[in-house]
Amino acid sequence: MGLKQNLHKLKEKYRGTKMAPAFNALHTFLYMPNETTHSGSHVRVVDDLKRTMNTVIMALVPCLIFGIFNAGYQHYAAIDGTLRLDPLANFFTWDNFALGALKVLPLVIISYGVGLLIEFIFAIINKHEVEEGYLVTGMLVPLIVPIDIPLWMLTVAVIFGVVIGKEVFGGTGMNILNPALTIRAFLFFAYPTWMSGDKVWVHGAKEMTGQPDAISGETILGSLAQNQEPIYSIWDSFWGFIPGSVGETSTFLILLGAAFLIYTKIGSWRIMLSAVIGALAMGLIFNGVVNAGWIQEGNTFYGLMSETFWHHLVIGGLAFGIVYMATDPVTGSQTNMGKWYYGFFIGFISVLIRVFNPAYPEGVMLAILLMNVFAPTIDHYVVQGNIKKRMKRLKAKTA
Amino acid sequence: MGLLSKKDSKLILDPLADNNPITIQVLGICSALAITAQLKASIVMAISVLAVMGIGNVVISLMRNVIPSKIRIIVQLVVVASLVIVVDQVLKAFAYSLSKELSVFIGLIITNCIIMGRFEAFALANGPWRSFLDGIGNAAGYGLILVIVGFFRELLGSGTLLGYQVLGDPITKTGLYAIGYENNGFMLLSPMALIIVGLIIWVQRARNKDLIEE
Repeated sequence: MGLKQNLHKLKEKYRGTKMAPAFNALHTFLYMPNETTHSGSHVRVVDDLKRTMNTVIMALVPCLIFGIFNAGYQHYAAIDGTLRLDPLANFFTWDNFALGALKVLPLVIISYGVGLLIEFIFAIINKHEVEEGYLVTGMLVPLIVPIDIPLWMLTVAVIFGVVIGKEVFGGTGMNILNPALTIRAFLFFAYPTWMSGDKVWVHGAKEMTGQPDAISGETILGSLAQNQEPIYSIWDSFWGFIPGSVGETSTFLILLGAAFLIYTKIGSWRIMLSAVIGALAMGLIFNGVVNAGWIQEGNTFYGLMSETFWHHLVIGGLAFGIVYMATDPVTGSQTNMGKWYYGFFIGFISVLIRVFNPAYPEGVMLAILLMNVFAPTIDHYVVQGNIKKRMKRLKAKTA
Repeated sequence: MGLLSKKDSKLILDPLADNNPITIQVLGICSALAITAQLKASIVMAISVLAVMGIGNVVISLMRNVIPSKIRIIVQLVVVASLVIVVDQVLKAFAYSLSKELSVFIGLIITNCIIMGRFEAFALANGPWRSFLDGIGNAAGYGLILVIVGFFRELLGSGTLLGYQVLGDPITKTGLYAIGYENNGFMLLSPMALIIVGLIIWVQRARNKDLIEE
């Protein structure tokens, strides 16, 4: 109770001054405000923006913890290949956790520290309350970058993503593009050598290049894009014992998160389901093309095209993108009908980019950003269609 | 400003800031995106446009009473086209590698909306001296933004300025590169030019609230 009172006093002290939003945010982030509505015709609900954000963060925590273990596991397994023979026994070890925590926690701290600092600065300049919009973004960012990304690059990217992706449009709730993906896209285009290839996904792979004990950390998509058989089984990638961005490898935990988000009604099941359908549809088309014999072995795209269609759901970041980023309520479609189109095209285009962009064999980031741009258009046509339908009904009635 | 009256100096100074052709009128964006990856190219482009606009405005202004208004666009096009060809030939003769680098974009000065815009809006209605000042002013405003964008894109994208490695050598890892700095590849892509122009617009309107439209 002591801290709460102190924070309240601080807030009262700075009321009306320039720094007021900062103290107010600190107070309401930790506790319920001292003054709440007691009477009158106000709707009193608990699922405000802060609660919504916290629910998503809770759904992300398993991925984060798994990512910490996986960062260590991938490093040691790349050096000593025998560890992969029994992933379960060699995965949840202190060594893995210690190394992973050492690498992942700085990413989390930088992401939150820099992002919230910018939120506070803008809140004070624009004299509005600090918005909670960055809470989820700050958690997503460390989960979708390669483990060895230099911290200063992440800092630059977070500044860019929050300022250009969100604040210029007016802050939380006004952004067109998903800020976490804006940050990732910036990193990808600005520093491609740190964001793609076979040397960035396992800690240490880049530094040891050319040395006798050099290790390789090719992802499944990377192997397929080069028409090589990946060394990981489909079950490995379902449970998540594969190299990749920090927190996106385990499809199993993402499914758990999806179930949690759907149960709490925070994430839209329509978007998730239609995105899965879209990805499967595109995968089936590619499989069909291969089966018809139009694409022969030896073709650049053969590896990815001939991959069994449903495998696309468990390899790469598709599942993570669909569950945690496509469902962003701000940047996605708002109408129920629109959500079906929006989700479907995310899945569809993800697999399309995956297959046809050999330089960067993952398309979910670009697919979601693209559909973010189209979401308002989709909504517009859904609403117009609805109006037209009702006009017709009205005419039929009155005629 | 003994040389210019207050009204005349306004013709030059206005387009540099509060009536900038790029940041306020949002014209000439295409070339601002295309050639600003290198500072040198931006400067040459700025000078080329300055020459074309200064002379072009005077020519149109001198002919303003004899041009039939029905075909004035064609006449304007002929004037710009001839001037651009002259500029292009001069570049080819004295700065061949640069002219290679700028390639089609020198030719595309013809389609630069700022030039046609000033011919239409100013030179057709004003005397040669004032038209000259107006042309110089607008071209300078255009060039100023080009140079600013080019400066940041080359510095952050390639680590060089006018071709000199000001941040150190990225291959032998000297200077800033020794401590892990890397060039930002995004700066070399056209979208970044648009974002930098956007940032300039943002800063400009934040400083001068009168510029914000309803």
